Amino acid sequence: MAVRASELPPNALASRRSFRDRAGDLGLYALSASAAAFALVVIGALVYEVVDGAWPSIGHFGISFVWHQVWDPNRDVYGALNLIYGTALTSGVALLFAVPLSIGIGLYLSELAPGGVRGIVGSLIEMLAAVPSVIIGLWGILVLGPFVQRDLEPFLSSFLGWTPFFHGTHHTGGLLPAVVVLTIMIVPISSAVCRELFLTVPQELKEGAFGLGLTRWEMVRGVVLPYTRGGVVAAILLGLGRALGEAIAVTQVIGSAQGIHLSFFELGDTLASRIAAQYQGALTHLAVSSLVYLALILLVFTLIVNVSAQVIVKRFELRQG
Amino acid sequence: MSAVAPESRLVATGRVGRRKRKSRIMEGVALLASLLAVAVLALMIGSVLVKAIPGLSLDLFTENQALFGEAGGGIANAFVGTLIIVAIATLLALPVGVLVAVYVGEFAPPQVSLLVRSSLDVLNGIPSIVIGIFVYTLLVLRFKQSGIMAAIALAIIALPLVSRATQEVLALVPQSLREASQALGISKWRTILRVVLPVTIGGILTGTTLAIARVAGETAPILFTSTLFTNTTSWDPRNALATVPFKIFVYSEDPDPNLHRQAWAGAFVLILFVLVISLSARFLLHRSRRKLRGR
Repeated sequence: MAVRASELPPNALASRRSFRDRAGDLGLYALSASAAAFALVVIGALVYEVVDGAWPSIGHFGISFVWHQVWDPNRDVYGALNLIYGTALTSGVALLFAVPLSIGIGLYLSELAPGGVRGIVGSLIEMLAAVPSVIIGLWGILVLGPFVQRDLEPFLSSFLGWTPFFHGTHHTGGLLPAVVVLTIMIVPISSAVCRELFLTVPQELKEGAFGLGLTRWEMVRGVVLPYTRGGVVAAILLGLGRALGEAIAVTQVIGSAQGIHLSFFELGDTLASRIAAQYQGALTHLAVSSLVYLALILLVFTLIVNVSAQVIVKRFELRQG
Repeated sequence: MSAVAPESRLVATGRVGRRKRKSRIMEGVALLASLLAVAVLALMIGSVLVKAIPGLSLDLFTENQALFGEAGGGIANAFVGTLIIVAIATLLALPVGVLVAVYVGEFAPPQVSLLVRSSLDVLNGIPSIVIGIFVYTLLVLRFKQSGIMAAIALAIIALPLVSRATQEVLALVPQSLREASQALGISKWRTILRVVLPVTIGGILTGTTLAIARVAGETAPILFTSTLFTNTTSWDPRNALATVPFKIFVYSEDPDPNLHRQAWAGAFVLILFVLVISLSARFLLHRSRRKLRGR
């Protein structure tokens, strides 16, 4: 028999939503929202703590910390120019090698490789991305380093010794192995992103290009690369972000030295590697604060790089619809 | 069929030939780039394998560092420390990461969701050494070094990874499943806990496993949070604990070849753990995604 709505007690339907349901909904909402808020707070606290920790050094040295070269714990004088130079040089040169390699690997995996090979090579390169940086550093110092000193540097100086970039004594450590190690760390990240990007190019466009009689390389230059240009820049920026902040592997191979050198055979230092090398404890309050100042500079650099990569990716996604 | 004269074969010559050759060369360059990457991986894993063999023994897992100059010894305390620190980090990051993803995927208005997701991407891009410095100035300077501090640093690194993985699988759950549940009068929270999350549990677990593989090898956040440990095996995370990556880091810079051997052996165990875990997780992830997409 039918029950008329008017015969039901008022609020019958509402009361079906029991107290437990409403409390549960509210509870899960509150819990998950506070987790999200907590994540935002962590990021805010991170920025605040790094600025706060660097404050004594900022107050003492001011912005000129950035272009002062001397780092002398004995006199309690600190400057970051050496390290900014080392960071920019190693990351920049590593990028110079990593960009063509990553694009080449991305193209091979998306356009050329036959089905079976594609999966295998793809996972091998993903494995390279998963190797912990301390192991890359261990390999860098004990295997790559001696090779660089014995073979690579003499070879380079015999050909290019007349340039200021390739002369001086040969070391197992230094800028050259640091560049190699960073290239190895950038390539798997950037090439994975490149592959994903190249796979988004519509098949019709490629077939259209082939239909016009273009060769494969002309199709890549005319269709694939222009179509994915923004994304490739983002892929490179993501790799650069990793290179800038890489502390451990670089500390192991770069040799922690002062001074600004043109030669890749010299020892050097980067922002991240200087921080890592000081883990056994800085002596004074100002020394600790100056290390945090280095972390702040590093944070600013990587934030700029990563946020621009994100903006590019968002724009790319918008265009894709 | 036989109208084509045998001598007019379709061979590109002149300009077309040059274009084809150029294309071929570029294909070769792309192939070489891939081979180079694979060769570097093979070289690296090959060196770890070969150099680890002399150092691999039961002592590695049961003994601690030998007295200066003496042979033998192991890094038992480092294995224990890594185990404890990574376990605590996972316990911290997993619930928070899943809850953040639930908020982003099920509750948040689009603008807020975008804000949280972008912030997590930013967090993911912050160098791990900066996260180590953050935990150092926030906590270590106020208290002292301990395994818990290291675990907190690793949890901050794992959080965006876990959350991102969970968001991705949540987005794959068909909307019709949620609607069907709610049409039965089941409240939203029960729908999420009983219908949506069980479907995604595989994806969440594999995402978490990948995060574990990543943070187990992290050294930089350990440097300022858990390095003042003693040469005994400690299970207490309130003390500073040794970790495998940190031991490898220190031993790699030591001139003692005995310690080099142990560094290689430690690297072997670490790389085996990381690669086996991340490969199997990736495999499972592909499978669970395929299942969710109904293919």
